[in-house]
Amino acid sequence: MSKGEIVLGCLAPHPPHLVYAENPPQNEAFSEGGWETLRWGYAKLARKLKTIDYDAIVIFTPHWQTYIGTHFLGLPEFKSKSVDPVFPNLFRYNYDLKVDVELAEAMHEETAKAGIITKMMKNPDFRVDYGTITSCHLLNPSWDKPIVTISSNRNSHYYSNEVMIEQAKALGEACMRAIEKSGKKVVLVSSHSLSHRHFVTEAPLPEDMSREHIYNHSQYVWDMKIIDMFRNGQMKEVVDIMPEYTEQTIAETEAGGLIWMMAAMGVPSYPAEIYGYQSVIGTGNCIACWDPNTETRELVL
Amino acid sequence: MSEDSQILFGLYVPPHPQPLLSPDANAGYANLRAAFETCRKRIEASDADLIIVYSTTWPSVVGHQIQALKESIWTHVDDDFHYLGSMPYNFQIDSDFSHEYCSAAEKRGLHARTVEYEGFPIDTGSVVALSLLNPDNRIPACIVSSNMYANRSETIVLGKAANDALVTQGKKAVVVVVSSLSNRMFTEHIDPSEDRIHSSKDNEWNEKILEFFADGRLEDLSQLSREIHGQIRVQKVVAYKPAWWLAASMGQHNNYEGEVLAYEALHGSGGAVIQLTPSSGSFGDKEFDEDDVEYYQGDRNVLNKGSH
Ligand SMILES: [Fe+2]
Repeated sequence: MSKGEIVLGCLAPHPPHLVYAENPPQNEAFSEGGWETLRWGYAKLARKLKTIDYDAIVIFTPHWQTYIGTHFLGLPEFKSKSVDPVFPNLFRYNYDLKVDVELAEAMHEETAKAGIITKMMKNPDFRVDYGTITSCHLLNPSWDKPIVTISSNRNSHYYSNEVMIEQAKALGEACMRAIEKSGKKVVLVSSHSLSHRHFVTEAPLPEDMSREHIYNHSQYVWDMKIIDMFRNGQMKEVVDIMPEYTEQTIAETEAGGLIWMMAAMGVPSYPAEIYGYQSVIGTGNCIACWDPNTETRELVL
Repeated sequence: MSEDSQILFGLYVPPHPQPLLSPDANAGYANLRAAFETCRKRIEASDADLIIVYSTTWPSVVGHQIQALKESIWTHVDDDFHYLGSMPYNFQIDSDFSHEYCSAAEKRGLHARTVEYEGFPIDTGSVVALSLLNPDNRIPACIVSSNMYANRSETIVLGKAANDALVTQGKKAVVVVVSSLSNRMFTEHIDPSEDRIHSSKDNEWNEKILEFFADGRLEDLSQLSREIHGQIRVQKVVAYKPAWWLAASMGQHNNYEGEVLAYEALHGSGGAVIQLTPSSGSFGDKEFDEDDVEYYQGDRNVLNKGSH
C-alpha cells in the first residue's frame, strides 16, 4: 500500500447564509440570493476539487463543541435534518451523508497515542453540526465522498489560545500520521470564519446585501493582514500571530481548525489560493486552499 | 417598576444530562434526580399555568430567541455525553405566551424573535429540565435563549419582559433557570463514581453562592454576578447571567424562602437544584452598586465621543 497523503487543505467558512442563498433542494428555507462573492468563490473551489483524485474529506468544525477531548464521527451513515440553532430561519437542511469510519478510527487511535483525550461518537441519533454540512455542501454539493468530522475541543475557553494551538498542532500531526498509514488521499477542511463579531440584529430580508458589511474596520484590517500572509506562504507566521489575531477579532480560529490543518500539512510555506472574502452578518469570511501539488497550484485571486 | 410578580416560585437547575440519563452512576447524580422529582411534584401542586425556562445552554446571536412551536418533538443527543444515550422529547409549548413574551421584549427595546421550526435543536439543559420537571406535559412551557453577546442590562430587561408577558396574559408561572454554578468540567473522561467538584476554590465559591440562595438573597446574587463570572466561570460567554434574569423576572429583591435541594458534582462542575419562593421577610437592607434598567437603549458608543 502506498503512503496516504493530504491532497488539499481548504479554509471553508460555514455561514448557513451561503447554503440558504443557493436554494438547494435539501434546504427548506427560500432566498433571493446574496453573498455572491463567497458563493462564486466556493463554486470555483468545488470545480477544482472535482479535478482532484481523493478518497475522503476530513473536516474540523467549531459547531461540534466538546470539552472532554476531541471526538470523531464513528458510524457509517447519518441521515437527519440539521436546523441551525442561531439562524433557524435560514437553515433547515435534510442531509444524508457517509462517514469513512475506518479513517476516523485510525485518526482516533493515532490521536490517543499522542496523549490527546479522544472519543468515537457512535450514537445513531446524533445530529451532524451545521458547520460540517455547510462547508461540505459548498465544497462538494454532490456529497459523493465520505467525510470524517472532528469536534473542536474548546481549549481556548478552558485554558488559553496558546494551549489551544499546542493541542491543535498535536492533533493535526496525529491525523497526518493516520492518513499516511491509511494509504488514502484526503482533503482537509478547516470550517470557520476569520473575524467573528456578529451583528445581533438581522435585516427583515437577511439577503438584503445593502445591509451587509464588516462589523468594524479593525476586523477588516486584521483579516486582510492574515489573508496577505496566506497569500505569501507565511503560515508559520500565521501560527505565531494566531493568539493575538484571535483575541483581537474574536476570530472563529479560536476553535483550532486552521492550526490543526496547517500542522497536518507540515505548515506550508507556499502561497495559498484565495477564492474570495466577504462579510456575513458582520463576520469576515475567506475561502482559501493550500495545494501541495506545484503543478496544479494556481494564482486564483 | 413592573407590576407584582406573577411567578409562583423559581428553580435553579443544572444543564448536564447525567440526572436524566445516568442517575444511578453516582449517588450525587441520584440525589440531583431526586431533587428534580421533588420540584416536579411541587410544580404539580402549584397552580402554575406554564413553566418558563431560561437556558444558558441555548446561545443566540440574533437577539433573544423564544421557542414557540406548539409541539416540539425530536431526539436530542449531547455533544460531549452522547455515549450516555439519546434524549427523545415531546414538549408542549405555550405558543401564545411565547409570542407575548417576544413582543414584551421588543417593547422594552430588545431585538427578539420566536422560533417555530420542526426539528429545531432544543438544547441539552432545556431538554433535561423539562423532561424531569414536566414529563407528561401537564402544563405547557416556554424556553428563552441566552444571547452570547448580551450583558447585564439586556438580561435584566429580558427577565422583566417575562413578567410583563405573564401580567398581560394573566398567567402564573414557575420559572426555571438552567445553569451550573462553577462550570469547569474535567477535560478527561472519568469514572462517574469518582466525580467531584473540579477544585476546592470552585467548591468554596459554590458553597458561598448556595448560602446566599438558602437565605433567599437573590438580588444580592444578581449584584454579585460579575464577581461570580470572574471567579468560577469558564469564560465562554461575556457574563454570568442566570441570576440577573431570575432576579429581574421575580422582582429584584431578597424576600425569598430559599431551599437548596441538592448540590453535587457533574463531571467536575457544580450542579445544584434550588428553589426560591417569594416571601415577606427580607434579608438585610442593602444598597446596590448596579443600576436598575427598565428599557434597553443599545450599546453605548464611546468610540466617536471625546475631545476631538
Ligand atoms: Fe460558526
